[in-house]
Amino acid sequence: MATAAQLKISDEIAIQITAMNKWYGTFHVLRDINLTVRRGERIVICGPSGSGKSTLIRCINRLEEHQQGQIIVDGTELTNDLKNIDKIRSEVGMVFQHFNLFPHLTILENLTLAPIWVRKVPKKEADETAMYFLNKVKIPEQAHKYPGQLSGGQQQRVAIARSLCMKPRIMLFDEPTSALDPEMIKEVLDTMIALAQEGMTMLCVTHEMGFAQAVANRVIFMDQGQIVEQNEPREFFNNPKSERTKLFLSQILGH
Amino acid sequence: MSEMPDATFVRLQMLQQMDPPVSQRGVVKWGRENLFSGWFSTGLTLLSLLVLYWLVALALPWLLHGVWNASSQVECRAIVAERFGPDASGACWAMIHNRWYQFIFGFFPPTAWWRPVVDFALLFVALAPILYSDNRRTAAILVGTVSVLTVLIMLALEFSDYLVVGTAVLMAGLTLVAYTMTHRLLWLVAIYPFLSVWLLWGGSIWGPVSAAVGFTAVGFVIVYAQRSYGALLSMLVGVVAFLVIFLDPLSTILDLVAIPASWIGGPVTLDFGLILGGHHYSIRDLFPLYSHVSTNLQQWLPFGLAYVESDRFGGFLLAFVIGVSSISISLPIGILFALGRQSNMFLIHALSVGFIEFVRGVPLITMLFVASLLLQYFLPPGNNFDLILRVVILVTLFSAAYIAEVVRGGLAALPKGQYEAANALGLDYWQAQRLIIMPQALKVSIPGIVSTFIGLFKDTTLVAFVGLLDPLLGVTKTIRADIAWKGIYWEPYIFVGAIFFVVCFGMSRYSMYLEGKLKTDHR
Repeated sequence: MATAAQLKISDEIAIQITAMNKWYGTFHVLRDINLTVRRGERIVICGPSGSGKSTLIRCINRLEEHQQGQIIVDGTELTNDLKNIDKIRSEVGMVFQHFNLFPHLTILENLTLAPIWVRKVPKKEADETAMYFLNKVKIPEQAHKYPGQLSGGQQQRVAIARSLCMKPRIMLFDEPTSALDPEMIKEVLDTMIALAQEGMTMLCVTHEMGFAQAVANRVIFMDQGQIVEQNEPREFFNNPKSERTKLFLSQILGH
Repeated sequence: MSEMPDATFVRLQMLQQMDPPVSQRGVVKWGRENLFSGWFSTGLTLLSLLVLYWLVALALPWLLHGVWNASSQVECRAIVAERFGPDASGACWAMIHNRWYQFIFGFFPPTAWWRPVVDFALLFVALAPILYSDNRRTAAILVGTVSVLTVLIMLALEFSDYLVVGTAVLMAGLTLVAYTMTHRLLWLVAIYPFLSVWLLWGGSIWGPVSAAVGFTAVGFVIVYAQRSYGALLSMLVGVVAFLVIFLDPLSTILDLVAIPASWIGGPVTLDFGLILGGHHYSIRDLFPLYSHVSTNLQQWLPFGLAYVESDRFGGFLLAFVIGVSSISISLPIGILFALGRQSNMFLIHALSVGFIEFVRGVPLITMLFVASLLLQYFLPPGNNFDLILRVVILVTLFSAAYIAEVVRGGLAALPKGQYEAANALGLDYWQAQRLIIMPQALKVSIPGIVSTFIGLFKDTTLVAFVGLLDPLLGVTKTIRADIAWKGIYWEPYIFVGAIFFVVCFGMSRYSMYLEGKLKTDHR
């Protein structure tokens, strides 16, 4: 099993964000964001509530619109062009805090819906892919149940599998474990670690510092809509440079 | 704390399950909890029983003394007096026995009664695959029951053997299809609107056939245009195709151009054409394509049913024509308005809000008067829309506004995460709406939608105010105009009310079945 340090990061650029600004009304929520993500990188974004970390990754697949600067994903710039947006969205997987599974569809239908309608994959092939990924997240026996019948941890694993069925090149995680009971966090983190070890490019907003230390090659700390500090995990945790980072770390690691 | 005596205990024999005490189970428990839980509810229970007794004592003799065979109300009264004494009161059901057909068919010609009967039967056949999409057996049972009833009705109405056998064969075939391949019946759903118009109004079969082909053509144009031009522009192309096929855009344009042209000394009516073989072919005769095609086909292959004028329609036939068509058209239109109201595009949003608020702010009767009187003035001269068609259009728009608000409620109940998840997976707007949003929003809105439909169906009686023969006012008034049934009130209203109740209660029960079936969230 490869450890985090051994995972290969290519020189190819997956995401390039330059001088990006965003406002909610008059509130300046993201300020001068510059970020380059190479293919194979595993980045953890942390910071206090309201610091703009969720907004940042939601801008990457245009769930939020930015007003200034440039975001280039996989060589395509995000503009108002709907076709570009749909193309990028189908190649960027997203996992939400509240899973957002479709409650009126079975687990299998949740997984095959986008491949069938967006990728135009034949139903049989989509079913096979879905079962493959359900096996990977270790819940193939739940395929014909509805989301409401599953535990939170199982639902989040289904949500991860649903994103993977689209064969994405980048995965975004928006606080994937924050809505889970403590005993279910591990099963979701295990799934994410396995994904990282396969070389997936990942951006993950989370407060799971253990996960950051185990998997991430870079940790980004945000506050008041800005990137305050970024470093490789060991340096970041053992030797934070900014006062703001030190305060934050002391608060979340203090007990 | 003192030391516990006998702190050790071992059970050697397990206890068997016992029944609860008599006062805590069955009827006794239910009665105590629901009827006699205190002095106040005991009082209310006794009072209700008293009122119930009083109502039954009042109504039951009247119902039981009912007379079924008589030729006038006077005769009815005489029979009741003879049988039950001079002071007895009795219902005169004989009126319904004598005039039932007017409640059902209005003034529809009796020789053509089989047409609405078959049409009504086919309505259920067309509904079966929609109502019970995943339950082949129930769908087949529904179609089979309707088939048997239809044949029995045809026999009771004493139609010719050919018609009865033909209907029986048709319905048996449809039952078989319903059982073996229910989804094939969806074809009937597509052709039913045209088939139904032909069966009810009659005339040449080529009219509905060309209309069906025309609508299919418009549909194809929109689908193909959407591939290269996007949603909004393809809708526009579709509208143009519709105008060209069904209306006469060229003459309208020529007339509009002629107005300013006449100011500067041009001709009052513009026309272009050419003379071929001594015949003048005017460019104005080019459109509408639809009527050219149907007229020519009818000349080559004449086939049709006797034409029935709209003013012969009445009773429940009319209520169902207006109710069913308005219900089925207003649902998709209402959904579009609900989406329009949520749209970010200013014009679409403003138009939707304007339409919804205007229609909801105006009484239905006003809309019906618009249909019967004003609409004629706004249409180009020469167009003479059928009154029933005009009423259907306005009732549809009326209920679409209410449906739009009900669906908007359903949309509001959906968590934002559902939209985000659909977007994040790369589904486009219409895919997300069709696959993710609408199935959930409509499920939440079922009670509201069905309430609107029930209200709409009952509101069809309001067409009495624009001179159509609705079952409640129109038909009963007509019947009372006969000297034999002058002054008969309770019986027709009870009869009409009972039929309305059965239909509305059926819709309500179906909605509850649907809610149960779609309940997958396991809350």
